[in-house]
Amino acid sequence: MFQYTLRRLFMLIPVLFGMSVIVFAIVHLIPGNPAETMLGERATPEAIERLTQEYGLNEPLPTQYVLYVKNILSGDLGTSLRSKRPISEEIWPYLAATIELAFASMLFAVVIGVNAGIISAWRRQSWFDYVSMLIALIGVSIPVFWLGLMEQWIFANELHWLPSTGRDNARDPVQAITHLYLIDSLIAGRWDQFLDVVRHLILPSIALGTIPMAIIARITRSSMLEVMNADYVRTARAKGVKGFSTVYVHALKNALIPILTVVGVQVGFLLGGAVLTETIFGWPGIGRYIYEAISFRDYPVIQSGILVVATLFVLINLLVDLLYAWIDPRIHYS
Amino acid sequence: MSKKRLEVSKRFKASFAKHSKTSAIVLLLVVLVLSLSACGGAGTNGDKSASEGQDQGQDQGKTKEKVLVFARGGDSVSLDPATVTDGESLRVTKNIMEPLLQYKPDSFEVEPALATDWKVSDDGLTYTFTLRKDVKFHDGTDFNADAVVYNFKRWVDPNDPHYAEFEYYQSQFGDIIEDVVAVDPYTVEFHLKDRQAPFLQNIAMDPFAIASPEALKKYGADFGRHPVGTGPYVFEEWKPKASITLVKNKDYWGGELGLDRVVFTVIEDNSARLNALKSGEADIIDGVLPNDVASLKKDDRFQVLDRPPNNVGYLGFNTQKSPFDNVKLRQAVAHVINKQGLIDAFYSGQGEPAKNPMPSTIAGYNDAIVDYEYNLEKAKQLMKEAGYADGVEVNFYAMPVYRPYMPNGPKVAEAIQDELNKIGIRTKIVSPEWAVYLDETKQGKQDMYLLGWTGDNGDPDNYLYVLLDKDNAGGSNRSFYTNEEVHTLLVQAQQEVDPAKRMELYKRAQEIIHEDVPMIPLVHSISSLAATKDVKGFVPHPGGSDKLTNVTIGQ
Repeated sequence: MFQYTLRRLFMLIPVLFGMSVIVFAIVHLIPGNPAETMLGERATPEAIERLTQEYGLNEPLPTQYVLYVKNILSGDLGTSLRSKRPISEEIWPYLAATIELAFASMLFAVVIGVNAGIISAWRRQSWFDYVSMLIALIGVSIPVFWLGLMEQWIFANELHWLPSTGRDNARDPVQAITHLYLIDSLIAGRWDQFLDVVRHLILPSIALGTIPMAIIARITRSSMLEVMNADYVRTARAKGVKGFSTVYVHALKNALIPILTVVGVQVGFLLGGAVLTETIFGWPGIGRYIYEAISFRDYPVIQSGILVVATLFVLINLLVDLLYAWIDPRIHYS
Repeated sequence: MSKKRLEVSKRFKASFAKHSKTSAIVLLLVVLVLSLSACGGAGTNGDKSASEGQDQGQDQGKTKEKVLVFARGGDSVSLDPATVTDGESLRVTKNIMEPLLQYKPDSFEVEPALATDWKVSDDGLTYTFTLRKDVKFHDGTDFNADAVVYNFKRWVDPNDPHYAEFEYYQSQFGDIIEDVVAVDPYTVEFHLKDRQAPFLQNIAMDPFAIASPEALKKYGADFGRHPVGTGPYVFEEWKPKASITLVKNKDYWGGELGLDRVVFTVIEDNSARLNALKSGEADIIDGVLPNDVASLKKDDRFQVLDRPPNNVGYLGFNTQKSPFDNVKLRQAVAHVINKQGLIDAFYSGQGEPAKNPMPSTIAGYNDAIVDYEYNLEKAKQLMKEAGYADGVEVNFYAMPVYRPYMPNGPKVAEAIQDELNKIGIRTKIVSPEWAVYLDETKQGKQDMYLLGWTGDNGDPDNYLYVLLDKDNAGGSNRSFYTNEEVHTLLVQAQQEVDPAKRMELYKRAQEIIHEDVPMIPLVHSISSLAATKDVKGFVPHPGGSDKLTNVTIGQ
């Protein structure tokens, strides 16, 4: 197991190397010079020249790439062209915001999705099954921005139940320490702020979690159906095990592997930045950070931002693979 | 990888054992699922108590504080005003730092700020400012002549340890300032190499606000995250892409303030920003879409605040390239543009038809000019005279990004395309991505293009010289207009210290430009803010950023 983990971590190196080449190439192939984009309508040739020099953009591309990799290896993610601050310093708050949102979304998606899937399989062809699978179908096809705006309109504007934007109450902001506000508000001992942060999380995490929820519900249902037709389940029933126990204890454990796989992929997808959700809910996450960098051609931020997200993605996949063995000790990695 | 998973799950199923004993893992999972749902439940219960808590909070002492939440469409880049050019940064710094002079709340007329008085020498080369004596920076250090000198040295002198690239300094002053001298603790003299007519207008710009020298030394390159000035509000916290919080400067020289706190929040999406105003999370929002203005005006909970225009959206021609090097052809186009129609359709009426390259809020605006009227016959006649009786085919660059002066470039282009078809000008609309757009129009690939300009200092030079002088051809002058007579007038006007004579020069320049049609000014758009009725004393400045000294909230 340890060896396997080590080998997988080792495999990260070629993956990230390949990624860095691709990202670097794509970023530098998009037309448009950052100096010019930044100066916009008021660009003079001299000013563009000056900035190009300053950013080192006049160096040949291979030189720029080597320099970039060298910096990364020494732990330096580069400096944002736009804010002129080190990326390693400014990236964490964005990442923290995204992690918090992704966590809340997955909580929503897993709790609702898994249970809906299980019950649908258990009571298959009941009204519950039809309704929840219809919702799941709508869920995967609904545009996120539409869902987000509708949520805001109904729950914030009309009903005034929940706040529509941001991570905390602007009039009584959370003191940022770890930048995970759920934790920060507790550190500050502000229970009211903690609840406020939870309230701010609800609408965006539903908007963001709806697609994963629908996918998880569908995969859970089909996976459960397969298992529940197995002989051992019938045997369990025959031996008088109650319905709930058969489903949640006996059947679920064997249906878990595909569910876990889907959950892993979805978590990675959520961390990769949910630009639309973040934009609509004014959520200062990594998706918006990278997206804005793209429109300003802030090369270092695009490169390092994607690198960080990709690393997380790979690590989460690794974690999922390790979880298989944890769930079922009979699984061994060699 | 997936192969491995498949194997794993196969083996898993195959080796299914008959032990029906509940495994610890499954138990754990059930517990996990149950506790998760419990958490979810707690969350929903939490909502209620949270909203109750919030209501209580509003009744209690805490929210006696007067807080203004200002939601806007983008975050600031840096809070060091000297290093930035974007409105979202300057909007904030304007309330933290102040220049020697400032604009009046609703116009570009200059008035005293940190300087109480100023004198110009007869040759126009020396400006003497008398400074306010009762001012301290937020860090408690004194504001005086040395501080002013220190700031200007920082902007000019590449050897200064805190020197950085200051775009606005370059564009507004270049190397025209010879020296800045502290005559006594409260008198500063500026020595210029050459006369510069808009000098005082420039001095009043937000980027030339005076920062605390001690803070500059202390924070160095990080000053943009720790701005310290003399303004009405003191910087407190910046959460990137989320919010910037300022608190009241209790010792403000300008007197008592109406707000305890100002929070600038970022909500990029226009509809979501409007939602935040309606749900009470924001007190004032900017960038209200023209479409939403009408419904907000009807709602008696809200007020719409119109920002007087300080911009121009225009249709430009590449005057160096066939076919639009032909002035008759350009005039023909000018006769088929229905400006009011465009404004009604794409700006929801929130704009004024433009006949000059600058808006009427700018001194020297030539109101005597009569715009080209919409007239197809005349246009066709001009086409014939230009030698294009059979029509012509051109490309038409339509800007892909939203700007207040051009909310929807491609749609505006399509509307104009229809009109041009009627006189035989067939256009191919291209709308590449913004970076590419800027690049290609700078290279002159366009025949026709849409672009605009937002003014900086309220001076005519800032429009006419920037957009249409031959010095800026290929830069901000993307029509590549190189009329010598206009150039002479504009350069002369830069040196003319007598305002009356100076304005005559600009009026003459506008006449020539009108005849030559290097561009067709389309619109001076009015951008709108919306606020709750509780917000009082907010006067939108045409410059785009507002000093919140007189704003208050609540009864």
